Amino acid sequence: MGMVRAVVTASMTTPDSKRVEHDDHQELVETTPEELAPLYRQMLAIRRLEEASAKAYSQGKIGGFLHLIIGQEAVCVGAIAALEKKDYVVATYREHGHAYAKGVAARPILAELYGKKTGCVKGLGGSMHIFDKATNFLGGYGIVGGHVPIAAGAAFASKYRGDGAVTLCFFGEGASTIGGFAEGLALAALWKLPVVLICENNQYSMGTPLYRSLAVEDVSLRALAHGMARDRFDGDDVVKVKRRIAEAVERARTTGEPTLVEVITYRFRGHSMSDPGLYRTKDEVEEWKRRDPLNRCRQRLLDVGMIDADLAALEDDVKAEIEDAVKFAEESPAADEYKKYVVKGQ
Amino acid sequence: MAVISYREALNQAMREEMERDPNVFVMGEEVGHYNGAYKVTQGLLQRFSERRIVDAPIAEMGFAGIGVGAAMVGLRPIIEFMTFNFSLVAIDQIVNNAAKIFQMSGGQYNIPIVFRGPSGPAVQVGSQHSQALESYYAHVPGLKVVMPSTALDAKGLLKSAIRDDNPVVFMEGETLYNTTWEVPDSASGDDLIPIGVADIKRVGKDITLIAWSKMVWTCLDAAKQLAEEGIECEVVDPRTLRPLDVETLAASVNKTGRCVIVEIGWPVAGFGAEVAYQMQRHCMDALDAPIERVTSDDVPMPYAKNLEDEVQPQVKDIVAAVKRALYLE
Repeated sequence: MGMVRAVVTASMTTPDSKRVEHDDHQELVETTPEELAPLYRQMLAIRRLEEASAKAYSQGKIGGFLHLIIGQEAVCVGAIAALEKKDYVVATYREHGHAYAKGVAARPILAELYGKKTGCVKGLGGSMHIFDKATNFLGGYGIVGGHVPIAAGAAFASKYRGDGAVTLCFFGEGASTIGGFAEGLALAALWKLPVVLICENNQYSMGTPLYRSLAVEDVSLRALAHGMARDRFDGDDVVKVKRRIAEAVERARTTGEPTLVEVITYRFRGHSMSDPGLYRTKDEVEEWKRRDPLNRCRQRLLDVGMIDADLAALEDDVKAEIEDAVKFAEESPAADEYKKYVVKGQ
Repeated sequence: MAVISYREALNQAMREEMERDPNVFVMGEEVGHYNGAYKVTQGLLQRFSERRIVDAPIAEMGFAGIGVGAAMVGLRPIIEFMTFNFSLVAIDQIVNNAAKIFQMSGGQYNIPIVFRGPSGPAVQVGSQHSQALESYYAHVPGLKVVMPSTALDAKGLLKSAIRDDNPVVFMEGETLYNTTWEVPDSASGDDLIPIGVADIKRVGKDITLIAWSKMVWTCLDAAKQLAEEGIECEVVDPRTLRPLDVETLAASVNKTGRCVIVEIGWPVAGFGAEVAYQMQRHCMDALDAPIERVTSDDVPMPYAKNLEDEVQPQVKDIVAAVKRALYLE
């Protein structure tokens, strides 16, 4: 039987009450400015990157779909902070933050969104398909759930070779109803593959709330049927996310056992840029914004002793980094090849 | 000259490539302890152990995707579908992932994977188990589609498929496993047949028959019968549908001036329609008659033997098409 953590009820969505209640009285996870500052820096850079993307989208400089992760930054940043460089990350179409956290620079991410030659994938993928071999970022996938077996496959290869790498796979709670998730979960458990499956439960599968898509809203319960370890907690505190995912990563690395982790979170924007989010009340969104994990992280950084001047310097540095990335994307040459990468060696 | 069966040829190809490259492994339903639903993987578990011959539960979407993920990071999976009919529940992995990732990643991740298994109608197994799906996969850029008709082709092409750096859909003829073919004495373990090269299975001057997989055999039977009437058919086997060796096919049609395309799939949007387009495009000046197509009837496969035979292209259908193209009817 898998290990079961105490469940922190971060969300309770029922037909009677759509309002999400939140527990504000959690124990603070111990940290230091040395640990927290880089995490805050990543979260802030992702927030600014997403805001810059939204602006460029509204100016018509980014096309297609654009799914922003604003509000959920603590999940990808905390989780990926628990990894080593050799570990793999597989993500969805809402993956700019995951790519950045794995080490992909803002410049090629933004250039990709702009459809430029200098983008991560040369303007061939766009917002939903960031890949980066240098950092073992195995991609952003646009078909919900189909990437879960791919993550299990990377983990299968690690087990096959005995290379000790762990794979993190991110997906939304909306993916938990599709076959790819069910089969990836079943095979990861059966073959004891070193993968951590992270459900970023942002409580809306596009415009459909939990209670209309899941009979039981606790996605982590699915692990029980497979004898798989599981965990479930809220994703507001980046340090907590890092600690809890580190436990699962350690389990995968030392025993090869997979874990299903559900992190309760919330996206502040619509599903994509074209979604005004009319299925949520303003009060609900405001309540979550009040708990913004980015602000919480910043306050914590001051609480644990970072001085104002250092924090200001960090924030200036992020501002410059994203401004530079925007300039780079704007000035980069247009994408210019589309036949070279259909099949290799031809 | 030695003779091997189509089944043995496939088994040898996998065995030799697994000996050669430790990154090659086989995954699928019943491939190990059961020795393969069609015994193609017979004996491989004993030779290579459970690490490399992996019995998967009934989860095609899952294990096909595991193959794609493993291929991304450097392994060379051979994913066996018990039949290609079951590949339809894994088509998300084949079409949306395997075929896309090389391009979608800007050339960073290629997918060296083989999806293989029996395809096409067998004998009285009903509509869900009797489909020829090559036109589905041949439609998709990023895939290669291989359909060997003989044991010799099966071996050389499977070895090439395993060494290919791209996803290869390798469709075996479900009724061909017991067929045999001569292997030249000079054959060594490295006698590869390149993907994308057609083969002339019978030389003739009067008309070109283009067919692949099992239909090559039916065309050869028809050619034999027509030869008794003095009509010499050239039977050309593209062997791979994507990429298609248009040059060899067109050279034959330019020589004979007439063409019949025979496929066991359905007529509408079948691969033969693409071949017909290519032949009229490249052979217009040489053509003495409209290009004929022979296909299965446009119906889900019935179970009863007499009906099943009637649905599929038979020698008599090919003979009739040849005579139409020769204006003999």
